[in-house]
Amino acid sequence: MLTLYGTELSSRLLLGTAQYPSPAILMDAVKASETKIVTVSLRREMAGGKSGDKFWSLIQSLGVHVLPNTAGCHTVKEAVLTAQMARDIFATDWIKLEVIGNHDTLQPDVFALVDAARILTTDGFKVFPYMTDDLVVAERLLEAGCEVLMPWCAPIGSALGPLNLHALRALRGHFPDVPMIVDAGLGRPSHAATVMELGFDAILLNTAVAKAADPVAMAAAFAKAVDAGHMACHAGMLEPRDVAVPSTPVIGKAVFS
Amino acid sequence: MKLIVNGEPHEVASKTLSDLLGELEYEGDWLATALNGELVRASARATFTLNEGDRVEILTPRQGG
Repeated sequence: MLTLYGTELSSRLLLGTAQYPSPAILMDAVKASETKIVTVSLRREMAGGKSGDKFWSLIQSLGVHVLPNTAGCHTVKEAVLTAQMARDIFATDWIKLEVIGNHDTLQPDVFALVDAARILTTDGFKVFPYMTDDLVVAERLLEAGCEVLMPWCAPIGSALGPLNLHALRALRGHFPDVPMIVDAGLGRPSHAATVMELGFDAILLNTAVAKAADPVAMAAAFAKAVDAGHMACHAGMLEPRDVAVPSTPVIGKAVFS
Repeated sequence: MKLIVNGEPHEVASKTLSDLLGELEYEGDWLATALNGELVRASARATFTLNEGDRVEILTPRQGG
């Protein structure tokens, strides 16, 4: 069972709610993924508008935990204020903390991230920081009071899959007891299985499901891959070797000549 | 009184943040508000008086990843 900030969860897949072809497909994809956590953003509401109400009703009807995020924030001040506003609406102290540092790669500004994380944990937030795969940044975030880490494996929406297995292995190896969710950059279920085989606790997906030709089927496929990778990690995988080893016993082989 | 609401100039009569939401036809409990870059909790909106040139942000849940 996955435990994040004391909450037990039966699924190791977290799902974003953006870019689906329709609200109905979003709902079906969430169900097919069996996720227990979806992430949502905050944006300006038009005067007299009801778009937030409609979307919020849909999310509430799913019966899953909501992880508000600070997507699109570029400064500590923006991210902290957005987190506070999210807490006021969603009545949760969970926050997926994003502080973007570069427009092309959408990679987090890890310096601002650590500062914002410290402010928010002091204010009682349970912070899920979206970070690079840097070991020292992980250390600083833990010192700042984070109890969960969310390293990227490639830029958001890139579908490149894990680009630096060495860095991911190092993170897992150094912090064996910290729940770590690989967030961003996954493209296909085999990517998800790969990071779960490394021992990560969960993954967070959005584009790979939402922009698939069939998002509902893809959500189900990712769910299977996440479970497969997790089970494999705890089942003791063979190490690769350079020479063949026959799997069929040699003893008892017939001799025909 | 002139205010900036979600980046747009508005001429309004409201004296408090909760009145402003009513005047601009915002409804419901799915809104979060900030005044000049500081959170104003839903429960505190009636006590927050507005001043000329204040910047108000009104946010709502939206699809995100």
